[in-house]
Amino acid sequence: MNGPQDLGGAHGFGPVIAEPDEAIFHAPWERTAFALTLLMGATGLWSLDRSRFMRESLPHPVYLTASYYEIWLAALERLVAERGLAGEDAPAPKRVLARADVRPAMARGTPTERPGPPPRFAPGDRVRVIAMNPATHTRAPRYVRGRLGTVAALRGCHVLPDTSAHDAGENPAPLYNITFAAAELWGPDTTAGNIHVDLFEPYLAPA
Amino acid sequence: MSGHDDHSHLSEMDVRVRALQSLLVAKGYVDPAAMDELVTLYEHEVGPQNGARVVARAWCDPDYAARLFEDGTAAIAELGFGGRQGEHMVAVANTPEVHNMVVCTLCSCYPWAVLGLPPVWYKSAPYRAKAVADPRGVLADFGVALPQDTRVDVWDSTAEIRYLVVPMRPEGTKGWSEDALAAIVTRDSMIGTGLPQP
Repeated sequence: MNGPQDLGGAHGFGPVIAEPDEAIFHAPWERTAFALTLLMGATGLWSLDRSRFMRESLPHPVYLTASYYEIWLAALERLVAERGLAGEDAPAPKRVLARADVRPAMARGTPTERPGPPPRFAPGDRVRVIAMNPATHTRAPRYVRGRLGTVAALRGCHVLPDTSAHDAGENPAPLYNITFAAAELWGPDTTAGNIHVDLFEPYLAPA
Repeated sequence: MSGHDDHSHLSEMDVRVRALQSLLVAKGYVDPAAMDELVTLYEHEVGPQNGARVVARAWCDPDYAARLFEDGTAAIAELGFGGRQGEHMVAVANTPEVHNMVVCTLCSCYPWAVLGLPPVWYKSAPYRAKAVADPRGVLADFGVALPQDTRVDVWDSTAEIRYLVVPMRPEGTKGWSEDALAAIVTRDSMIGTGLPQP
């Protein structure tokens, strides 16, 4: 969706300001928001893609003025409400991590690679990102839509965020690393050489 | 911030997270002991020192470097790192010709397994907006200037692939131990917004 999250190339946000000797968490509540977000993800009641959609579909003024853990918390509150976790008929978690489960679960992670269809494109192929304007979740940023790039690498088949985020299945799709000449994206107004973006096959057409 | 209750020092955010935590614990979704363990892990253990070991090994061992650029996930696992937000790793090499920078324009994707949790600036609008169009401007914000004939490439983490920049080994470090080399590999040098600091 063309939400407040799709920031690539936007002007007007000012310089990048790094905080010296930055703490991992800036307030005790951030630790709690972080832990709740990860542990609720582990319950299997929603996908990481759904979490991302709940963050990026916050109102633009909210998203752009919140800290990142404020965004995480707001999205988690929305997920808890959406899934009815406070109600009488709350769904049972698929699993609950105990203290001893945490390290093995984090060491395992949640790989997204799956068996899937053979890739349609090969390294070196020229491709164009299709024109699209979904109000739903996608990982094709606006700044590459309609633009011409070159397949640099195959990344295997991965869960398709566009459907996973909307409880419409994992639909594994080939994932490619696509190289765009920065001038193809920005004309002469860029200091970049190439921009490398991982894009799913449904986003791409032969060029 | 509410500011209405003079007897409470809890911020609005404190109140909201406590309410949510109470609900999720009472309903049996979350074990508080697991929360503590998770915070300990990511506040005190998983961090850029992991990535620094990977880079230092790649600088010292050409065979390891070859494996790292061939299959980042497997080579990083050789050193005991991997898992959450590092399930699918790709390492990219800085050279005199090309400098690499990593961003996530759409959210905050970051290679936790080798760098820990991302700093605030990485997740914030200024960096996410600027990096893909004006990476040299970002470098200037960090006080870094590269030669004009160096190409600056940017990797936007739009899927579940996570990127680790392997900076160039600085001059004057010949014969240094892997430990000594790891100590000069900064977090920012592995994102591509900085350089190693000998």
